[in-house]
Amino acid sequence: MLTQALFRALDKKAIWVIGIFLAVAILVPMANLLIPPGQFGHVPTYLVSLLGKYLSYAILALALDLVWGYCGILSLGHSAFFALGGYAMGMYLMRQIGSRGVYGNPTLPDFMVFLNWKELPWYWLGFDNFWFAMAMVVVVPGLLAFIFGFFAFRSRVTGVYLSIITQAMTFALLLAFFRNDMGFGGNNGLTDFKDILGAPVQAQSTRVILFAATAIALALSVLVCSMIVNSKLGKVMVAVRDAESRTRFIGYRVEYVKLFAFTVSAIMAGIAGALYVPQVGIINPGEFEPGNSIEVVIWTAVGGRGTLIGPIIGAIVVNLGKSWFTSALPEFWLFALGALFIFVTLFLPKGIVGLWKQVFGAGRQTAEPTPPTPARSADIERGEDPSTFDNPQPRPAE
Amino acid sequence: MLTPLLRLALLTMSLLVPTLAQAQTTDITARIAAMGEANLKELTQIVTDLASTGDPSVVPVLTALGDGNLYLDETSGRVVIQNGSTITDPLTGEAVDLGADTDLSRIRVNNGLRRDISAALGGMTLMSDNPRTRLSAAQGFLANPDPATLPLLDEAIAAETDANVLGVMQTARATTILSSEDASIEEKQAAVPQIVSGAGRSAITVLTSALASAPDEVKPTIQSAIAGLEQSRAVWAALQNVWFGVSLGSVLLLAAIGLAITFGVMGVINMAHGEMVMLGAYTTFLVQLVIRQSFPGLLDYSLLIALPVAFLVTGAIGVGIERGIIRWLYGRPLETLLATWGLSLILQQTVRSIFGPTNQMVIAPTWMSGSTDFFGLAITYNRFWIVIFALIVFFMLLLILNRTPLGLQMRAVTQNRRMASAMGIRTPFVDAMTFGLGSGIAGLAGVALTQIDNISPNLGQNYIIDSFMVVVFGGVGNLWGTFVGALTLGVANKFLEPYAGAVLGKILILVLIILFIQRHPRGLFALKGRAIEQ
Repeated sequence: MLTQALFRALDKKAIWVIGIFLAVAILVPMANLLIPPGQFGHVPTYLVSLLGKYLSYAILALALDLVWGYCGILSLGHSAFFALGGYAMGMYLMRQIGSRGVYGNPTLPDFMVFLNWKELPWYWLGFDNFWFAMAMVVVVPGLLAFIFGFFAFRSRVTGVYLSIITQAMTFALLLAFFRNDMGFGGNNGLTDFKDILGAPVQAQSTRVILFAATAIALALSVLVCSMIVNSKLGKVMVAVRDAESRTRFIGYRVEYVKLFAFTVSAIMAGIAGALYVPQVGIINPGEFEPGNSIEVVIWTAVGGRGTLIGPIIGAIVVNLGKSWFTSALPEFWLFALGALFIFVTLFLPKGIVGLWKQVFGAGRQTAEPTPPTPARSADIERGEDPSTFDNPQPRPAE
Repeated sequence: MLTPLLRLALLTMSLLVPTLAQAQTTDITARIAAMGEANLKELTQIVTDLASTGDPSVVPVLTALGDGNLYLDETSGRVVIQNGSTITDPLTGEAVDLGADTDLSRIRVNNGLRRDISAALGGMTLMSDNPRTRLSAAQGFLANPDPATLPLLDEAIAAETDANVLGVMQTARATTILSSEDASIEEKQAAVPQIVSGAGRSAITVLTSALASAPDEVKPTIQSAIAGLEQSRAVWAALQNVWFGVSLGSVLLLAAIGLAITFGVMGVINMAHGEMVMLGAYTTFLVQLVIRQSFPGLLDYSLLIALPVAFLVTGAIGVGIERGIIRWLYGRPLETLLATWGLSLILQQTVRSIFGPTNQMVIAPTWMSGSTDFFGLAITYNRFWIVIFALIVFFMLLLILNRTPLGLQMRAVTQNRRMASAMGIRTPFVDAMTFGLGSGIAGLAGVALTQIDNISPNLGQNYIIDSFMVVVFGGVGNLWGTFVGALTLGVANKFLEPYAGAVLGKILILVLIILFIQRHPRGLFALKGRAIEQ
C-alpha cells in the first residue's frame, strides 16, 4: 500500500521537483568543492550556506502549505515549531562544545556557568547524543502540535480564531524563551557552536554536507507531501478546506484530518529549523516572533498555495529579494515586503504558480489533479455572516 | 495732617527694629563664640539660652552640636560647622576660609546634653508658628520616640490648633507612651488605637517594635491591633492591584474596541490596527508641536485638541484602507489579515522614515501629572484620566451603536449581512464607516497612550496581540464582551504579576486564553445564531 502511495505520488509532477532538488543536492556541493575558486561556476562556501538557509525556509513554507493550502488552517504559529526544532539542534550543538567554552566547563554551557547554575537541568539531559537530539527535533514540535491541535480542533476553533490562538502560542513561547531561568540561553539564545557529529561546523566540507542534507530533506518533504495530498486523505483535507461542515456531515472526522495535517506539518517545520540552525550558527528567541510566522505565510502565498512547488518558489524568491534589499536598500525592504503582501493578496491570490498557469497552461488546466486554491474569490457576493467567512458555502459547480 | 507724626513714628521704628535684631544677633553670636571654651555644664546653659531666644537661626548650630559637627578652630578661636570638607559659619551658613594652619577640635557633648539639645530643638520647632515646621517636628518625634519628650509633646498638643498636626502629635505621643517604661498599663492600652488610626503605613512597624518591650497585659491588645492592620493592608494591596488592573484593562479596552467593531461587523482582522494607534500617537505629537510653536498658551489643552484631530486623521486613513484594499477581499478574512499586515509594515516604515526610529515625547498637561492618595491607594492622574477616557469612549460607542441610524445599520449588517442588504442598507457604505470608526477609535487610543508609553514606530505592535486576545476572549458582535474581556485580562494580569512575575504572568494569561478558547470557541459573549458555524 505504501509502495502504491509512493508510486502515485511519484507519478505526478512531484517527481520533477524531487529530481531537481536531488540534483541540486549533488551539483551545488560539486560546484563548491570541485571547481576552484575564481573559475566560472564556482559556488563560494558562504553562498552554499545562504542557499541552504533558503532551502530550509522552503521546507518551512512547504510545511505551512500543507496545512494552509491543502487543509485551510492558517497557522500563525509555524515559526514556533521551526524554532523548537532549531532549539533541539542548538542544544545538541551546545553540548558538543564541551570544555571549549569561555568558562571551560565540560558539561555546562557558558550561559549556565554565567548564571551560576550548578548542574544541567533535566530537560538538557540526553542532548549530547545526536540521535536523541534528532528524535527531539521531531518529537517536540510534533507533540506540541498534536496536543495543541487536539484540543483546538476538537472544540472546533476555526478560521481567524485559530490563527489568533496559534499566534498567541508562539508569542507565549517567545516570552518564555526570553526568560533566563528557562535554561535556553535567554535573550542571546544558543550560539558559538563548534562541532556537529565530530566535524567542525564552520568547515567548508561540513557546510556543503549540511546543504546537501537540507536539499535532500526538502526533496523528501516534497515526496511526503505529495504522497499525502494525492492520497484519499489528501482529498478529504481539500474537502475540509473548501467545505468543512459539509465534510463533517458526510461523516468524516474533520478534527482528525486536521490534526494529522497539523502534526505532520509541525514536524516538517521542526526539521527545517534543525537544518537551519547549524547553517546560520545561532538560534535565539527572535525566531519565535509572530511576525516571522506571518512572513512564512507570505512566502507561501507568493509562490502559490495549494501547490507543492509554489511555497518552495515563494520562500526562495522572497528571501532572495530580502537578501538583496537588506544589502542594497535596507530602509526599503519593509516597504517592499508590505507592498508584496498587499499586491499578492489583491492581485495574485494564486501566487506565481497560478500566474504561470494562467499565462502558459490554460489548455492543460483540466489535467490538474487538485484545484490549486479554494473556490473563493473576490467576486463571491459580499460575504455571509462574518463567522462563516472562513467556510463559505461552496458555490454550485461551475 | 497726621503725616508728619506717622512719618516720624515709622522712621523711629525702622531705625529701632534692626537695632533690636542686631542686639539679639550679637547676643547669639557671643553665646556661640563662648561655646568653644565652655565645659559641659556651661554648654547646657548656653543651649538652654539659645533655645530660649526662639530664633530659628540657632537651629543649625544646635543640630551641628548634637551631631558632633561643631568645631572650635584653636588658632583663630572661631566656632565653625564642619560638614564633610565644607566649613561654614554656624550662624550665617556662609563658607568660611580658615587658612592653612587651622587646628579644628570637636566640641564634645555627652548623651545628657544631646537629649537636651533634641528637646530644645523639638520644643523650638514644635512651637513654631509655621504649621509645616510643627508637622515635620511631630513626625520627627513619631520616628524617634523618646520618653523624655513627653512633657514637651503634651504642651504642644495643648497649644496645637491645626487638626492635621494635632493628629500626628497625638500619634507621636502614643508611640512615645508605648515605648516609655514609666507609663501605666492603661495609658499604654489607650495608646494602641491611637497608633492604629494615626500612624498609617508605619503602624505595623511601630507596634511590632513595641511588642517586644511591652508588658504582658498590653501584648494581646497590640497583637490584635497588628493582626487587624495586616488584614486591612492585604485588602488595600488587593484593591491597589484591582486599580492597576482596571488601569491596564482600560488601555486594552481602548486599543481593542476599534478592532472589535471591525472584526464584529466585517469579519475583518485588521493587523494594521496597532499602526492606527501609533498614528494617533504621532498625530498628538504633531498637534503638540504646532501648538507649542504657534499657540503656547493652549499647551495644556493640546491633548484635548489632539483628540478630534487624531480621530479624523486615523478615521480618514481607515476609510481609505477600506476603500482601497479591504473591500476587494470580502469573503477572504484570512487574506485581509495578510494584506493589513503588509500595510502595517508599510505604515511603520513610513513613520520611521519620517520621524526616525527614536522615541518622541508628548508633554503631559499639568492636570494629568502628579498623583493623589485615595484612602491609601496611590492613583496617578494620567492613569485616572485614561480610565475615565476609556469609559467615555466605550459609552459613546455604545450610544452610537444603539441610538443612531448608522449604529442600527451596523448591527443589522453584523447579524445578517444579506438580509440587511435586502432591506436597503448600503452595506459597502456601512463597511467603510465601520472601518473608519474603528480606526478613529484606535487613533483616540493612540492619544491616550502618549501619556503612558513611548511614542515610537513600534508602539502599535506592543498592543496588537493583546488587543486580539481581548477581542477573541470577549467574543464578537457584543461590545460588552470586549469591555468585560479587557477588564478581566487587565485585572488577571496584575494579579498574576506579583506571584509569577510580569513575563510569566503574561505567558500564563496567554495559555489561559488558549484554554478558554477551547471551551468557548467564539468567546465569552458569542453572537448566537442558527447557522452551523455559530
